Amino acid sequence: MEQISLGTLIWMTVAAFLTLSIFSFLYRDNPFYRFAEHLIVGISAGYWIAILYHTSLTDLWIEPLVDSVSAFGAAGGSIPAKIGILLANLTPGVIGCLMFTRFFKSKAWISRWPIAYYLGISAGVALPLYIQSFVIRQVAANMFNPVIIYNTIVSDLSTLYYYGNSMMGIWTGIGDIIILLGCVCGLAYFYFSAEHTGVLGAAAKIGIWTLMIGFGATFGYTVMARISLLIGRFNFLIDWVSALGNYFNL
Amino acid sequence: MRREVPLVIVFICGAFMALQYFVPHNISAVIYQNALNWTIIIGIFTLAVGIGSLVNLHYDKISRRKEKWPYSLVTIGALVFMTVLGLSSPEAVQDPRGLFMKMYFYVLSPVQATMFSLLAFFIASAAYRAFRAKTVLATLLLASAVIVMLGRIPVGDALTAWMPEGTRISDLARYILDYPNTAAKRAIYIGVGLGVAATSLKIILGVERTWLGGGK
Repeated sequence: MEQISLGTLIWMTVAAFLTLSIFSFLYRDNPFYRFAEHLIVGISAGYWIAILYHTSLTDLWIEPLVDSVSAFGAAGGSIPAKIGILLANLTPGVIGCLMFTRFFKSKAWISRWPIAYYLGISAGVALPLYIQSFVIRQVAANMFNPVIIYNTIVSDLSTLYYYGNSMMGIWTGIGDIIILLGCVCGLAYFYFSAEHTGVLGAAAKIGIWTLMIGFGATFGYTVMARISLLIGRFNFLIDWVSALGNYFNL
Repeated sequence: MRREVPLVIVFICGAFMALQYFVPHNISAVIYQNALNWTIIIGIFTLAVGIGSLVNLHYDKISRRKEKWPYSLVTIGALVFMTVLGLSSPEAVQDPRGLFMKMYFYVLSPVQATMFSLLAFFIASAAYRAFRAKTVLATLLLASAVIVMLGRIPVGDALTAWMPEGTRISDLARYILDYPNTAAKRAIYIGVGLGVAATSLKIILGVERTWLGGGK
């Protein structure tokens, strides 16, 4: 391992201390864990304040506002247009400032206006967007041509018969059918306006089986992601110990 | 006034944004972009309110010397330190050798990664409770999770190396992720899409009013 500077070693030691502090929670709640937890709340909030100030507030509000104020004072150009631009740049800040009325009980109701604006825009954007991408696109993706699947399966079976290999076409075809059936039956499970008996009951049963396989797969995937993070943290601790050993020639 | 004005604002903004989606014109696109920028700006002010609330909470703990108040000092100190550091100059948030980014790389990032990795232990204990194969559904959950987990590590393929290619556990895991998992996800996505659309419509039309909160 290459020699690292004292500065980097100190930073690594800080990171290792905080890592071990968080891990100490596995034993039980303790002062080290609480210290790391409270530290990270403050650091995280401060980090996002700075990042959002420099990347969003400055670019989207402060700079255009300053530009429009400067343009307002400059000669030339139509005055109504300048006023319009200035107001357009000033308004979001004014609406945003109304949020601070939450700190005054008697005026807290004014904070509903920026919330209303935020919610209205978000709901208006989400309405067509979710229908398009979460419903129409998903339904369209479910549609398959049965003739193509039949041909794929038949050609694959003949390949298998003559050459003794290539099973993938069959499984892809069956997979497409699983997706269609599983999705329709999964939706049937979430349909609560009719009793789950008869055909609907059978569909709902297949639906919950599909959902369980899906949840199991998602669970397994999540576990592996967490384990991978855990391995990453242990690797870091090993690197830190090696760096300490190298630095002090132990 | 106190409840009606917000409802009118929500209706106008919501209806406009929903309709503009279907208007393929430059002006519509410009208004859409500006409206979204405004929401980002307002969102940042909302964050400021949240930070104010956080400071209030911890200041109250410190001033009243409530239980474990020294930890609140740590939070406030870290918040002030990081904010001053970050706001000092635009370069502070970009320079990887600067103190601000060092705090990110050696304090924030490791702690967040460790917090998430801790979940591996808690997930294991949750799995023990959830995965007892008592019913068909629990068995399906268990089998699917075990196949996906084994399929993503070399041991899985080593255990099934004797099987023909295409039928080993990693192939099975991929098949589960590509097909039954997609079917389940798709059903959930369609449900989520319909749910979000219905809730958005209820908000725009003023049927859903819980966001107004209590009081007059």
